[in-house]
Amino acid sequence: MNAPLRRVGVVVIVLFGLLFANLNWIQAYKADEYRNSDYNGRVQVAEYKRKRGNIEAGGTAFAVSKETSGELTYLRTYPGGAQYAHVLGYKPVNLADRGIEKSENDFLAGTSDQLIANRVKDLFTGDQTAGGNVLLTISKRAQDVAFKQLRDNRNGVTKGAAIAIDPRTGAVQALVSMPSFDPNPLASHDTDEAAAAYNELERNPDGPLKNRALGEVLPPGSTFKIVVAAAALENGVTQETQIPAGASYTPPTSGTPIRNAAQSICPESQVPLKEAVRESCNTGFAQLGVRLGADAIKEKARQFGFEQDDLTVGRLGEGGHPVAASRTGSMENADGGDDPAALAQSSIGQRDVRMTPLQGALIAATVANGGSQMRPYLVRQLLGPDRTTDYYTARPRELRKPVSGQVATDLREMMVSVVEDGTGRNARISGYTVGGKTGTAQSGPNTRDHGWFIGFALDKDGNPVSAVCVLLEEAGDGGSAEAARIGGQIMRAAIADPGSR
Amino acid sequence: MTAAATPASPPATAGGQPGVRLARSRRNAELSLLLVAMVLVAAYAAMVEANVLETVTPDFWVPAAALSAVFLALHVAIRFLAPFADPALLPAVALLNGLGVGFLRRLDLARATPAERADLAIFAGTGGRQLAWTLASVVLAAGLLLVVRDHRSISRYAYTLGLAGIVLVMIPAVLPSSISEINGAKLWVRVGGFSIQPGEFAKLALLAFFAYYLVRKREVLSLASRRILGVDFPRGRDLGPVVVVWLISLLVLVFEKDLGTSLLYFGMFVVTLYIATERVSWLLIGLVLFFGGAYLAYVLGSTVGGPFANFYLRAEIWLDPFADPYEDGYQLVQGLLALGTGGLFGAGPGGGQPLKLPEVQNDFIFAGIGEEIGLFGLSALLVIYLLIVERGLRAALAVRDSFGKLLAGGLAFTLGLQVFVIVGGISKLIPLTGQTTPFLSAGGSSLMANWLLIAVLLRVSDGARRPVTGGGGVTRPAGGPPEQLHGAPTEVIKP
Repeated sequence: MNAPLRRVGVVVIVLFGLLFANLNWIQAYKADEYRNSDYNGRVQVAEYKRKRGNIEAGGTAFAVSKETSGELTYLRTYPGGAQYAHVLGYKPVNLADRGIEKSENDFLAGTSDQLIANRVKDLFTGDQTAGGNVLLTISKRAQDVAFKQLRDNRNGVTKGAAIAIDPRTGAVQALVSMPSFDPNPLASHDTDEAAAAYNELERNPDGPLKNRALGEVLPPGSTFKIVVAAAALENGVTQETQIPAGASYTPPTSGTPIRNAAQSICPESQVPLKEAVRESCNTGFAQLGVRLGADAIKEKARQFGFEQDDLTVGRLGEGGHPVAASRTGSMENADGGDDPAALAQSSIGQRDVRMTPLQGALIAATVANGGSQMRPYLVRQLLGPDRTTDYYTARPRELRKPVSGQVATDLREMMVSVVEDGTGRNARISGYTVGGKTGTAQSGPNTRDHGWFIGFALDKDGNPVSAVCVLLEEAGDGGSAEAARIGGQIMRAAIADPGSR
Repeated sequence: MTAAATPASPPATAGGQPGVRLARSRRNAELSLLLVAMVLVAAYAAMVEANVLETVTPDFWVPAAALSAVFLALHVAIRFLAPFADPALLPAVALLNGLGVGFLRRLDLARATPAERADLAIFAGTGGRQLAWTLASVVLAAGLLLVVRDHRSISRYAYTLGLAGIVLVMIPAVLPSSISEINGAKLWVRVGGFSIQPGEFAKLALLAFFAYYLVRKREVLSLASRRILGVDFPRGRDLGPVVVVWLISLLVLVFEKDLGTSLLYFGMFVVTLYIATERVSWLLIGLVLFFGGAYLAYVLGSTVGGPFANFYLRAEIWLDPFADPYEDGYQLVQGLLALGTGGLFGAGPGGGQPLKLPEVQNDFIFAGIGEEIGLFGLSALLVIYLLIVERGLRAALAVRDSFGKLLAGGLAFTLGLQVFVIVGGISKLIPLTGQTTPFLSAGGSSLMANWLLIAVLLRVSDGARRPVTGGGGVTRPAGGPPEQLHGAPTEVIKP
């Protein structure tokens, strides 16, 4: 009976060999496939086991993780609700994440390579490594004001955006998109509830999920005149140079006359450039644009940041919220030459010209900052889980220099006159020098005009402290004046917040 | 033949015998291995606490210490009761049992709220119950070693055991479902909060009967046969009783919807028949019957349904578990994902999410452990199982009587087959059939029955390794059973 016993021994070894080979197949060869399978909730559970770091703005945490008794240990909550939704982005369980939550995910989740030392340390102490904290540049006060003023605007506008940046650094002080949304239901651990909340937001015709401050492009109207004025100043025109104006101007090839917003605005045949800016003289800028040519205007706009389609606002140069490209559009004929009608309309920010609110704020900031445009950013600092170790501190960088210091000074003077004596009087702040430019943009035959305001504030020493752009979509009459008023309020709050600088 | 000497006498006299090697008890080796195993179990408990609780409590060692005490007591008992038993069996089983208790306690910790964790008593929860069952099982194993001083004495009760086996298998089948059915399988006897699975013990009883009967009839079985299609078939009257017993138990198991155990009994029967007759044809017939039957059941399940529908469903799940990943295939899919997530090194003890696996404390414990200790850890566990099985087979090879050979060989193979069936099932090597993973799965009946199995293997290995004294007889306690019955050659009467 020993021979069959021996063979039975061999059979057992073969059976175990099969088990071993099969386990190799599953745990080595197929491991990645199974690990990343859609049916595998384990990786997610592991992610939620670790306390995700805070996202903070103005010294207050607006994205925090709370311990729960559920399977997913930590619940992401957003105490700021709708007010900070577009600043932070959001981090749902099953949906796609967005914004800072997405771009700084590795650091917040604690899986970043930068935090490897913490993880090794915690391996020995037995602590569960928490995620790092992200500190934003947002001024709590400016954000509060921007959100409230935009929401309660006097024109009853439901869609709009406001963004404020520090002209000297590019740090974003406030960022609001309206309508906004509450990100808390999206982060719910009940994935059905989260999906339902997302679908409802997605179906909303006003597009609350859209970040209008960075992602919406609309005709900028008269605010674009600052770009045209900059091109003119570089082509031998001064503030005092008389430019052709008049009550109406009909471009050579087109029968559609361009008129001013009111009879009282530059009815003279010629006005100084400075007055054309202050009064927002359409006929003057249309003719100025035709005289300068499409190339000069497009090039100047490009130098201010138009046509850039890879800009992000987050950590400097590394991810964050994507920014839509602003465009000047076509101003040429079919034969390649300038189309004076298109050129004239484009020069007053109509036709195919499209601009994001961020781009408007950047133009104002550049003028205020002596012609130097700083790269906008939202992440001021990355702190380790223990809040003592600093993993990143933003070092502001110049993005481009669209105009010389002299041109910037001229533009600044003209923009200040707009707020002091012209269309932007609502933006005035006592004790500060405020400059700006309003814009009223026609968007279509059946929609009301958009109201724009871009502007900046200088302190007593002439240093720029805040630049802003406010957009009220389909605001109708008085939209730009209301935008100017809101812009002034935001800048005042940004100046008054000691924590913002 | 004379029964000689005291059982525990040192083997000094063996040295003088020509051709007889100096027998060594190797009990100290067993002790050292056992201590190593217990250190591993304590270390595992500490790692589990570090990962689940993020801190190691001051009394992480308590379950390990309790287990150590129990196993050391058994070790001492073996020193007296079976001094020449194989020294690797106890430490290997103790390690598996200890890790099983550790993993079940880990599940308790994961399930408990922080408040409940603080006062998780030693015998609380699944892990604590398993610990208590371990105590009982080890006592029972020691009792078996004490009562059965020579494995051949078992053969005296072979028919009784055979009958007992059938009765044990049938009990749940005849009882009303309200006290015998859990999750659709009628395998239990539930009394109060207490449930046992009599079938687990039937395995041992039936094998003892098979071994005895086949040894008695082995020569008739192999010689007095009719040749049909080139294969020798024994006469019906020779094979009859054992086939009847086997068929009854198989039918009952099919009725109880316990596919895994049916497969186990089938393999057990075929292999003991093969060992007894030394005819490969039995293996071939067994395999043909098995695969033919499985295929037939699959086809019948897809067409006729009825009692075969369950088998058909399991086969379909096996062929493509991801076809229905949330319902029918859920358990297998989650098992595979757990194993895959564990990868080579695993998430670390306590680092995985075993609670995502339905029945992780029972059928899927190997997948749950695999997520945490990875391919390397599971390979080590498989090696330990293989070691136990091969040690059992070695005892069968070395023991001098046919009954002992068949008993130990059959038990060792059955244990190996059980591991193959369940581990192959959860890793999608073969269709999944419910089985406990020996010594790891939660459950008193399984643990107890497997410890009894180990006790029998210890007893046989003791007989095998005990030095030969006197006229070639095997040393056994005075007053043992008369040897004539099974020692005498079977009479062969040619037809």
